[in-house]
Amino acid sequence: MSDSPLTAILPQLASGAAHTHALDFAFEGLFDEGRPRIRVPYRPDLIGDPDTGVLAGGLVTTLLDHVGGLAVWVALDAFRPIATLDLRVDYMRAAAPGRDLLAQAHCYRLTPTIAFVRAWAFEDDPSDPVAAAQAAYVVNEQRDRSKGAAA
Amino acid sequence: MSDHLLDGVPYARFLGLQTRLSGDEITVVMPFSDHLIGNPMLPALHGGSTAALLEMTAVAQVALSYPRLRLPRPINVTVAYLRTGRPVDVHARASINRAGRRVAHVQAEAWQEARGQPIASLTAHFLLDDNEQL
Repeated sequence: MSDSPLTAILPQLASGAAHTHALDFAFEGLFDEGRPRIRVPYRPDLIGDPDTGVLAGGLVTTLLDHVGGLAVWVALDAFRPIATLDLRVDYMRAAAPGRDLLAQAHCYRLTPTIAFVRAWAFEDDPSDPVAAAQAAYVVNEQRDRSKGAAA
Repeated sequence: MSDHLLDGVPYARFLGLQTRLSGDEITVVMPFSDHLIGNPMLPALHGGSTAALLEMTAVAQVALSYPRLRLPRPINVTVAYLRTGRPVDVHARASINRAGRRVAHVQAEAWQEARGQPIASLTAHFLLDDNEQL
């Protein structure tokens, strides 16, 4: 998988769209047996609670949604149009102010139509998460341009 | 003041959110902007920007209806994506199903041209207590 065409475009898939570019998402590589990891740098304009300086929950959701999409493509070992069906995020604790946030995801079940994903956000250690997500994605055929939407 | 509930929240400004108050109900508008695009081929809004709009709308509605010293903090959030977010404005409203001393349960919906055709819905719990850590 490490030399597949998909691996070569993962950095572009992580940060190539206008929204992910505006957020400075950066692909960090594949960790823990092929789990894609993204970094979002701490920035004052991404704060959700001005009293504490903690990054916005919506940013964490976006990060988890996006890294989950990367995990689906890693599981497919190909780029296909996908769309997030639903996403649940549990916030275990506040993100540490001033610290970049990392997220990585694992597609633990892939059917011809649906991908089931778990994802975690953390500063250093995936086992000490800021937030954990459970998501499902619809996987579309490559030719079907009408329904596809990136995560 | 209530019309500007989210003005002090940097991420709400990053998304360009506008808060409108009608009686005790808040409508938050996310005007279309290129930097919200997640899929340039369709094009479509990034699901995360819609999810963040929904969460911010829920925060604003809870903060208005149950004012505390601190903003409500999310405990968990579930977003269902119902339709592709097209490159136009998005509107969102939230309703509070229950608010106790510590926790509020909130639902929110986001739509574009038609209120009856939501593009996403949110169900969430928020921590209200000023003295408790998440």
